Amino acid sequence: MFDSSRLQLAANLAQASPDGWPESPLQQDGVHEFYAATEQDGGAALALALLCAVQARKAREPLLWLRLGKVNGKGGGKQARSRPYAPGLAELGIDPAAMVLLRLPDLQSLLRAGVDSVRHGGAAAVVMEMDGRAPAFDLTASRRLALAAEQSGTMVMIVRSGAQPTPSAAHTRWQVTSAPSVPLPANAPGDPVFDVTLLRRRGGREGLNLQLEWNREQGTFRKPMLGHAPLSGGHLSLPAVRTGDAGRRSAA
Amino acid sequence: MREGAAPPDAAFALIAKQRGAQRIMALSPAALALGLSAGMMLADARALEPDLPALEHRPAADHALLLRIVESCERYTPMVAPDRDDALVLDLTGCFDSLGMDEDAVRRDLVTWLARRGFRALAACAGTPDAALALARFGKSTLRELPVAALGLGDDAHLALKRAGLRTLGQLADRPRAPLAARFGKAMSIALAHLLEEQDRRITPHRTLPPIWVEQRFAEPMATVKPLLGVIEWLAGQARDVLVARGRGGRRYEVSLFRTDGHVARLAVDSGLPLREPADVVRLFRERIESLADPLDPGFGYDLLRLAVPLHEDVSEGQDRLDEENSGKPDLAPLLDRLQVRFGAECVHRFAPRDEHLPEYADRLVPPASIPQPWPQPEAGEPPLRPLFLFDPPQPVTVLAEVPDGPPRRFGWQGRQHRVVRQEGPERLAYPWWKTVEATGPTRDYYRIEDSDGRRFWLFRHGLYGSEKADPRWYLHGVFA
Repeated sequence: MFDSSRLQLAANLAQASPDGWPESPLQQDGVHEFYAATEQDGGAALALALLCAVQARKAREPLLWLRLGKVNGKGGGKQARSRPYAPGLAELGIDPAAMVLLRLPDLQSLLRAGVDSVRHGGAAAVVMEMDGRAPAFDLTASRRLALAAEQSGTMVMIVRSGAQPTPSAAHTRWQVTSAPSVPLPANAPGDPVFDVTLLRRRGGREGLNLQLEWNREQGTFRKPMLGHAPLSGGHLSLPAVRTGDAGRRSAA
Repeated sequence: MREGAAPPDAAFALIAKQRGAQRIMALSPAALALGLSAGMMLADARALEPDLPALEHRPAADHALLLRIVESCERYTPMVAPDRDDALVLDLTGCFDSLGMDEDAVRRDLVTWLARRGFRALAACAGTPDAALALARFGKSTLRELPVAALGLGDDAHLALKRAGLRTLGQLADRPRAPLAARFGKAMSIALAHLLEEQDRRITPHRTLPPIWVEQRFAEPMATVKPLLGVIEWLAGQARDVLVARGRGGRRYEVSLFRTDGHVARLAVDSGLPLREPADVVRLFRERIESLADPLDPGFGYDLLRLAVPLHEDVSEGQDRLDEENSGKPDLAPLLDRLQVRFGAECVHRFAPRDEHLPEYADRLVPPASIPQPWPQPEAGEPPLRPLFLFDPPQPVTVLAEVPDGPPRRFGWQGRQHRVVRQEGPERLAYPWWKTVEATGPTRDYYRIEDSDGRRFWLFRHGLYGSEKADPRWYLHGVFA
């Protein structure tokens, strides 16, 4: 039986930050954008968004994952078709049984389904994956999502690859790339490491850059350390703060 | 019955090519009056009537038309079935009260209703479908007057009966049955019993009879769609009473909108959990109506709305468990229902594990209402051993690796070279030879690798070097986070 209870350890990104953060940068009722630095980092950006969403979960609420996709599978495009792989989710520590996958035919439907899902408020987080420029996702669309998120207390993760950051009403915007992992014995690849840059944060500091290693057993991120002893206990778990007014003051 | 595009008094023939000759399949009443008959060659008929217009006979279109009439006749009763290719049978048992008409009135109403739409129809009421059909087909007013041909036993039997001096059903009915059955077989006594209303036969309705349905007739047709949702809500309220009494909830609701001109529009919604509350049902229908690519056209108005519950399920009047964490978040099921109604049922899924050896078959997508299944726990202390995204099909890559079974040193994919910095493997997955006797395929050697940029990939060598393949190919099967 998959035990997701230990993943509910609320943790936050900031604990791995070198100089400490006063509060959680990811507020529960906000919109957060994760940009893949290059097209090859789409998987890393998505994984980071999913992992942050899992951390935001308080109970066994489901997560919604919205992505574009040909509904009837075998579309023969030039580009390589990849699909979400549930055993891979489980290996990251995300219970696939808690995930609901929505495959929408076009961007308009995706945004519409996204707003509906956020407004409903039954999911811990709604992760929306968009490829390419996505012109329909403009300031209005993101503002609509932000309002719905604030109203229902649902976290919204926008994962974008192959796109330049555009103005939006998101509370935070991150740029994500994969980073070299801390090797295991015999030079095997270790736990996933992400290189994360905070591009923008409403009413707060930006420009922070950190490397985060995901620890599945503890359900937390930590700073990757060469030769670190696992379970060193040096990483505290701060609760993901449900924001007060600090993050809401101004729109960009 | 033919569509009344031509003036009713026009003479014309419908023809089809049979064995190289153009043969008349059907004739208009005016053409019949000219002394022509179906089955003639068109050339013979033209010899008698040189200007006879001939049109192509299209049985499939005729049948489709008949089915459309069946659908519009469902305004009288849901039990309507087509009979052969020229008749309808309506089972009106128990419908007279709700219609507010008696047998004769229904018959007249139906004939005039069809006549207004350009169909000439003969109608008859009787205790059994066969009797009514025979009365209408042979144009008699009592069963005893019907000719023996109404039995439908084939020409030989009919001829034999005529030779015995038996021409009408009345004559047959007066005779003892046993000798008739002995001479003409069991089929005859059954047909006779059906015709003489001694034994009933159930018709198979064109559409399956829903277990629960409620309807609302309008004295004045509803000419706009605006009040539609209100009516649906009212009907759903009535359906709820029935469902509550039976301890059931509807999984599927279907609304039939009967337009005065005979057109019938149908809308259906499905839900993941059994529903009863009219508000929930209406919410789904609103979603459905909004997502229609072709909006509803009320035309001259709807005069009957029927709400059916074709699929229903037990509702467990459950109680929340005290020891369960209650997050206070609303249930996701109504949202998923709405999304399914709007974007199609195949858009919403959950993941379910599958006990399969080959990695691409280890998961599958299931409808969101399925019971969640436990997933195998990943091994503690290990990094993720399976990728987050899987390529389907695996992507061919060019790999530089030591023979016979060394790990990849560098690989090229999509025009880009990746230098392998860290790797682990191989994880050897044999082809599942235990499934079938003839199932053989190359073994796969999987490697988890990381390139110099820190990206993690899942590669495999397809086939063992030397023993299975001379030059095994490499594939990229997935990417890790």
